[in-house]
Amino acid sequence: MKTPILEVRDVRKQYAAHTALDGVSLVVPEGSIFGLLGPNGAGKTSLIRIITQITGADSGQVLFKGEPLNPSHIGRIGYLPEERGLYKKMKVGEQLLYLAQLKGIPKEEARVKIKSWLERFDIKGWAEKNIEDLSKGMQQKIQFIATVVHDPELVILDEPFSGFDPINANLLKDEILAMRDRGTSIIFSTHRMESVEEMCDHIALINRSRKVLDGPVREVRDAYRTQTYEVEGKGRPMLVHPDFEVVRHQERENGHFYDIVKLHAGATPNDLLRYLIGPAGVEVHAFREMVPSINDIFIRRVRETHPDYVPTEEEMAVKG
Amino acid sequence: MSKTWLIAQREYLTRVRKKSFIIMSLLGPLITAAIFAVPVLIATMSDNNKVVAVADAGGLFVDKLPDPKEDISFTRVSPDLPAAKAEFKKAKYDALLYIPKLDLATPNGFQVFSRKGLGLSLQRDIERAVENAVEAQRLKKAGIDQAVLNTMKADVDLQTISLSDDGERSSSTGVSTGVAYVCGFLIYMFIFIYGIQIMRGVMEEKTNRIVEVVISSVKPFQLMMGKVLGIAGVGFTQLALWLVLSFGIMSAVTGSISPEKIAQKRVEQVNTAAGNTAVVVKDKETKKEGNAIVQALKTADINVALIAGCFLFYFLGGYLFYGALFGAIGSAVDSETDTQQFMMPVTMPLVLTFVVAQATLTTNPNGQVAFWMSMIPFTSPIAMMMRLPFGGVPMWQLGLSMLLLIGGFLGTIWLAGRIYRVGILMYGKKVTYGELSKWLFYKG
Repeated sequence: MKTPILEVRDVRKQYAAHTALDGVSLVVPEGSIFGLLGPNGAGKTSLIRIITQITGADSGQVLFKGEPLNPSHIGRIGYLPEERGLYKKMKVGEQLLYLAQLKGIPKEEARVKIKSWLERFDIKGWAEKNIEDLSKGMQQKIQFIATVVHDPELVILDEPFSGFDPINANLLKDEILAMRDRGTSIIFSTHRMESVEEMCDHIALINRSRKVLDGPVREVRDAYRTQTYEVEGKGRPMLVHPDFEVVRHQERENGHFYDIVKLHAGATPNDLLRYLIGPAGVEVHAFREMVPSINDIFIRRVRETHPDYVPTEEEMAVKG
Repeated sequence: MSKTWLIAQREYLTRVRKKSFIIMSLLGPLITAAIFAVPVLIATMSDNNKVVAVADAGGLFVDKLPDPKEDISFTRVSPDLPAAKAEFKKAKYDALLYIPKLDLATPNGFQVFSRKGLGLSLQRDIERAVENAVEAQRLKKAGIDQAVLNTMKADVDLQTISLSDDGERSSSTGVSTGVAYVCGFLIYMFIFIYGIQIMRGVMEEKTNRIVEVVISSVKPFQLMMGKVLGIAGVGFTQLALWLVLSFGIMSAVTGSISPEKIAQKRVEQVNTAAGNTAVVVKDKETKKEGNAIVQALKTADINVALIAGCFLFYFLGGYLFYGALFGAIGSAVDSETDTQQFMMPVTMPLVLTFVVAQATLTTNPNGQVAFWMSMIPFTSPIAMMMRLPFGGVPMWQLGLSMLLLIGGFLGTIWLAGRIYRVGILMYGKKVTYGELSKWLFYKG
């Protein structure tokens, strides 16, 4: 197996009154998009600040490509914090140059890279503009360029889509996928789980300073499959069968129907489909597995581990 | 280190290119020149030629009225008081001096009438004139002729010489006081102006939220030091510009007004402000011509190299000492209004030194208070610079003071660094002193 880009081993971080991270371990495979998910205050940002060497862990270890984290890695990581900002009175070009140089890129090389990024985002003409003259969305683009201008091997994005309008959010999404395809590893941190689950290859769920669950998205989903299918069609399905159970039945106009059907152990979706078009005698318009969302999985997983779990206000907000 | 340098460069360039910096650099010397020139101009305009009428019933000025001075002249009116008053009203004299019939042994009963109240200096001049006349009369009575007396009168300049282990060194209290004030005041101003710039800069980064981006690239300590050093550069640039421009403007201004007058007024002003008028003012008054500074600069052997060197050291040392603390304050708060509670303990020693300096440092530059204040790093940058021009500071004291200041600013920078790295990531929380002290001991 390839050395993972990042490995977090049993990291603990204690602040005066509360524990931010309580023995968290993660493996971020190289060249993938890794979703670090959890409600606000779960410990995501604390973990990221340890990875970016803004703070240190009380105990535990972080390995970057197998080496214990050290200052030489700073230039190989790009970080877009949740709380972002730029020097308002500085010109776009100067600002990017400054931030790239702080990452250890020589001035001339940085100039070339900035130029190509500005071209890629089609904003070449902005280099001489002051940041304060740009709209918020434009500033976000500059901020994103600042994050990736030094071609980091690992990019950490904390709530990347907050503050983006839908058009720019899509642009950003495409850029992130393109970066992944070029071999960059990406850590995505967000409390809005539904916003990134389709992009992530791997995820880790964090709740109350502990890791709750992690793995490749497909595996996680498979593990939490409920064997439930949505069926839409025309006719009057008479589903009385030992292998299936209708969870919900809804009649619609013109003899159409919408059912949610759960398979009993041993039955396959094909069995159900065969039954529908055969003995049940209906016309099937749609047949789809009801995949649990990461959000659902998160809540289920938390309930499993803490039966007395009462969601905090923030976690409720996530569900809502 | 190179990153600290990079940060310092940015801090320097963004500030030096600001319009406000350029305007301040140009206006500074103009304002300074105005501060010195305007009072002189006003003084020369208003004090112009006061005429004092003398009603000499006692015959004090029987031979001769007092000599007119630069801004007063005397004229004789009727010795009869009511008649003199009438003349005074008609002729619009500035003052009327009435000399009663008097007994030379116990002369009193002199009266001065004036329309608007007398200025202090005018009153003093009249007093001197009367005193001189009384003295002259007494001398005459004792058989000494005025002409003989004139040949005996001596015009003396005091040359004060401080005797120290390093040997004798001439000094002039007037010049020393002037130099002490200029040095002390510049350091005081510099620490305030640029210390607050550091604080604002830190707060700007914090409220802009750029700080997290930056400290994922550099250590918080590097960011803080880069800022402190960069702003120090701005301060030095401004100082250098002021000096160069001031010299230019001063030579232009002094060319058009009388240089002696300006210098003299300035000494007078400084000293009245300081409340230690006695020595220097008398000194000035005994001199009929020339002025203290020009003469003293020629005669006094102030160790210019030592003072310039020490000035640069204390200028920078004091700035680093306080600058770090201002940076720490900026990191601990969210907005300017929250800074008040932390500003007090930092600015108090500064203001205190300057106030105490006026009362004791310049009058007793080698006393106990001066010694201690020039040792404690909180006060030493200003206190020591105000002692040095007077001479007589032993080398060991200077050395110890410098060492303590270096130790002091290393200490405050360390302290500020600890507070800073926690503070810049702390939002939306009102910080107390208790919390600040906890931050000092946070791990990594």
